Amino acid sequence: MAKFNKKKDGGLPPVNTAALPDIVFMLLFFFMVATVMRENTLKIANVLPVANQVEKLDKKNPISYIYIGKPSDNYASKFGTEARIQLNDDFADVSDIVPFINQERAALREELIPFLTVSLKVDKKSNMGIVGDTKQELRKANALKINYTTGTGDVSANEN
Amino acid sequence: MAKRGAPPEVNAGSMADIAFLLLIFFLVTTTIPKDSGISRKLPPIDPNETKPPIIREKNIFTVKLNGKDQLLVEDELMEVKDLRAAAFEFLDNNGDGTCSFCKGKRNPESSDNPTDKAVISLKNERETSYSTYISVQNELVAAYNELRNRRALELGPQKGFANMNFIQMQANYDDVRWNGNKTKLKEVIEQIQLEIPQKLSEVQ
Repeated sequence: MAKFNKKKDGGLPPVNTAALPDIVFMLLFFFMVATVMRENTLKIANVLPVANQVEKLDKKNPISYIYIGKPSDNYASKFGTEARIQLNDDFADVSDIVPFINQERAALREELIPFLTVSLKVDKKSNMGIVGDTKQELRKANALKINYTTGTGDVSANEN
Repeated sequence: MAKRGAPPEVNAGSMADIAFLLLIFFLVTTTIPKDSGISRKLPPIDPNETKPPIIREKNIFTVKLNGKDQLLVEDELMEVKDLRAAAFEFLDNNGDGTCSFCKGKRNPESSDNPTDKAVISLKNERETSYSTYISVQNELVAAYNELRNRRALELGPQKGFANMNFIQMQANYDDVRWNGNKTKLKEVIEQIQLEIPQKLSEVQ
């Protein structure tokens, strides 16, 4: 009965991978839609404090980001360990804030300029000194809408 | 003559590799946006330095943060966790009796009314840590929100928005999928904001 001989036991048949590209493309499209391009490379430590009375930052309005924190390990030898300001991709001084805001404004459509919000992303270990200076500069630049960007959680988590 | 069959199939075996490459590129270069925070408005710099209005001592709730992150509220040491209740009591006090929705103790030593008298003043030092500052800001905003929520629960049913506190009202107003009368809701929100303005002044 050779006809009914079992097939040679050649191990498992190969798994069909024809649908693999489809699955990967699905993932790809998910990430393309759900995420945004990273705008800046952070050169500072930036662990945000948490708060629970937060409002969502409205993406409809233009947002400029100011990062404050102590330089990360690679830059510590050059820039020290005191908290510094980062604008766009580079370290900046307090005096650079006014030109930065003006430059941000110049890139906007005219009707959006009054709605420019400045998001302050400040590391939770920073001191208020540099934040106060930043706020003073923002007042000089007349950029009065600010947002202390935070994570969400109970404030008791801020203490350590 | 060569055989003319169907054209040979293109080998699509490496399609998955290409897609993986793209996927990994997007994973690395993008972030999921999750920005939220405490919004504040800075006072404009006034070129002709008008004199600030005179506010009576009892209408000012002074909060001071020193360089060691200690909190001094109305000249008494306090923990951050007690600040919300203290600020709420101050706002809700209703010293002059003009505030119709307040339920405070009507202590003559404390604020007159939250609508146009009570002011919270926050002072910090350069050495104060940012995390403590945010905690304090958060608690003060929470005190305002608590009062606004209570007012919203009172006012809402009269205007047809029952069981909705102030935070939910604002969320609904921003939500495109919410099907209710948005113009009416906006009126309620604005009325509450007018009755309980966030008067939080920061000392430079």
